[in-house]
Amino acid sequence: MKLRTAFLAATAIALTGAAQAEELTIATVNNGDMIIMQKLAPEWEKATGYRINWVILEENVLRQRVTTDIATRGGQFDIMTVGSYEAPIWGKQGWLMPLDDLGEDYDYGDLIPSVAAGLSADGKLVAAPFYAESSFTMYRKDLFEAAGLTMPEQPTYGQIAEFVEKLTDKSREQYGICLRGKPGWGENMAFLGTLVNTYGGQWFDMDWQPQIDSQPWQEAISYYVELMTKYGPPGAVSNGFNENQALFQTGKCAIWIDATSAAGRVYDPKQSEVADKIAFAPAPQAVTPAGSAWFWAWSLAIPSSSTKADVAKSFIAWATSKDYVKLVGEKEGWVAVPPGTRLSTYELPEYQEAAPFAATVLASIEATDPARPTKDPVPYTGIQYVTIPEFQGIGTVVGQQISAALAGQTSVEAALKAAQDYAAREMSRAGYPK
Amino acid sequence: MARKTSPTRQAVVTVAAWSIGFLIFLPILWTVILSFKSETDAIRTPLQVLSAPWTTASYAEVQGRSNYGAHFMNSVIISLGSTVLALLVAIPAAWAMAFQPGRRTKDLLMWMLSTKMMPAVGVLIPIYLMFRDFGLLDTRIGLTVVMTLINLPIVVWMLYTYFREIPSEILEAARMDGASLTKEIVHVLTPMAVPGIASTLLLNVILAWNEAFWTLQLTTSKAAPLTAFIASYSSPEGLFYAKLSAASTMAIAPILILGWFSQKQLVRGLTFGAVK
Repeated sequence: MKLRTAFLAATAIALTGAAQAEELTIATVNNGDMIIMQKLAPEWEKATGYRINWVILEENVLRQRVTTDIATRGGQFDIMTVGSYEAPIWGKQGWLMPLDDLGEDYDYGDLIPSVAAGLSADGKLVAAPFYAESSFTMYRKDLFEAAGLTMPEQPTYGQIAEFVEKLTDKSREQYGICLRGKPGWGENMAFLGTLVNTYGGQWFDMDWQPQIDSQPWQEAISYYVELMTKYGPPGAVSNGFNENQALFQTGKCAIWIDATSAAGRVYDPKQSEVADKIAFAPAPQAVTPAGSAWFWAWSLAIPSSSTKADVAKSFIAWATSKDYVKLVGEKEGWVAVPPGTRLSTYELPEYQEAAPFAATVLASIEATDPARPTKDPVPYTGIQYVTIPEFQGIGTVVGQQISAALAGQTSVEAALKAAQDYAAREMSRAGYPK
Repeated sequence: MARKTSPTRQAVVTVAAWSIGFLIFLPILWTVILSFKSETDAIRTPLQVLSAPWTTASYAEVQGRSNYGAHFMNSVIISLGSTVLALLVAIPAAWAMAFQPGRRTKDLLMWMLSTKMMPAVGVLIPIYLMFRDFGLLDTRIGLTVVMTLINLPIVVWMLYTYFREIPSEILEAARMDGASLTKEIVHVLTPMAVPGIASTLLLNVILAWNEAFWTLQLTTSKAAPLTAFIASYSSPEGLFYAKLSAASTMAIAPILILGWFSQKQLVRGLTFGAVK
């Protein structure tokens, strides 16, 4: 009897073991490009005989979930979707496997150099770019024409302020400008980080002293609060990317400065009411071009705790290949191909035709340099973020302070003072300068 | 004696109560409405949303993209399993505290409740490590155990209040007639406390059904309940409000229906012992 139970148990273990070997667990977010990846993945499954378990979570939940698993070596995931903020930090910790052997036909040289650099640790690629974005200016050319305005090839924030004043007509629910107001390091601080950079500011000086109460921060944030209060939509403190996209594509904003990945969406007549009325320009600048547009890359990485690294690499090589880009173009339409990762994407005639914004996007991404994000030298990399683990917490608290200033609950000066005090306390607690 | 109320006063109170009720229900109602609209209509102003055509497209897409049945079964197993398990532990515990209180019973109750005051994330890493070592990550058994432990203080507290309402003389009489301890609890105490146990059970099924920290942190795919199903439709970059609403509606529908049919029990359970 005992022997039989043991035998049954052993069989059961063997069976589950065998079943597990056939599966690959991938954690990702519910963004449009990832939804397409899930839709097309059966092609890879058919070719390899493996089955994919998708774990799809909201971005912040996903970040917490995969951080817990990777820090404890839980081994629950074979592939994780990580951003350009995590990739270098985790790579340095040895939490991610180097991805320098994805096959001979992978063509590493085709990856946009600034993108590959942003996803490397100690000179080795630790995450393969799935789609990347910078930030730029989207505007309504019909409203510009009607008001007799022309968008310059490289706008400045001074010009933007003049434009939005003329383009605002609150009685018709038409707002000159829509910008992020929802607090969070990846929300309002993504845009405000670039605004501060181009005003000549920085998060930390060379001794890791926070600079949040410095002159450039005061100027940039005062500009933002004044502009949004006078010419922005009501309730802007709760607007993130999605809310602004909704406002812009229903015709309520004349100018929207946000992610280049929005281009494909607002340009899609199925989603957008203003698809034929929009044009694009680079992100505006103030005193310096450095760090005026952000850089973000959603990428695929393999945690070092995965036991199926070879299979995982095969999937990553497939999902970030040139062929995958073509597959998406053919099956889902060329405007939907994952942008910002490969130079060859921008040479495809079908893409150039379907996506007139492609050249502006490529130029924006190529111009970003996370290694030199500010006017004056800084000890960190990252344009709209700082690649240290402490940044998430600090960025979010600073974002909340500025959001409070936008809501009129506090002054810009008081908000920045509080933000500076918090950052200084956190940094000294974390033992900086290191 | 009850106070006399004028008809006007009564009308005002009725209107106020209904308005508050409606206000609380509004977010759920709006979610249901959005779930029957197209994505492009779902982002319009409220009036435009209401006049837009109705569609079940989001439900079809959600159904096609994820396995609702599997998530639903996980939710049922975890919430029912953890509640039953908690009751098995809590009934004897509450009996002891209600009928055989010691000097430290009150302290013990307070201590149990105090574990609920700690932020869950504080023990995330230790629990995650234990789960990893015991091979419990992404298993329904593991999650059922954690949900049991999380809700145990509330279950004990609720049962304790119900049991205190039961005259101890009845239990004494049973003992005089020679009933053993097990018989006393199973045949005398439990039948008398059925209403209380039922409302505790209901409330805990609801709490376990809606729990969205541990269920998201400790599962990946096999044991993921409906909370993970909802989370998979939330997106920071992409307007999927209609699909998210459809997923939410599908996830809360079973528990909403359960709550609707058992509201009498629930209200009685929650106000039990409040008026003497």
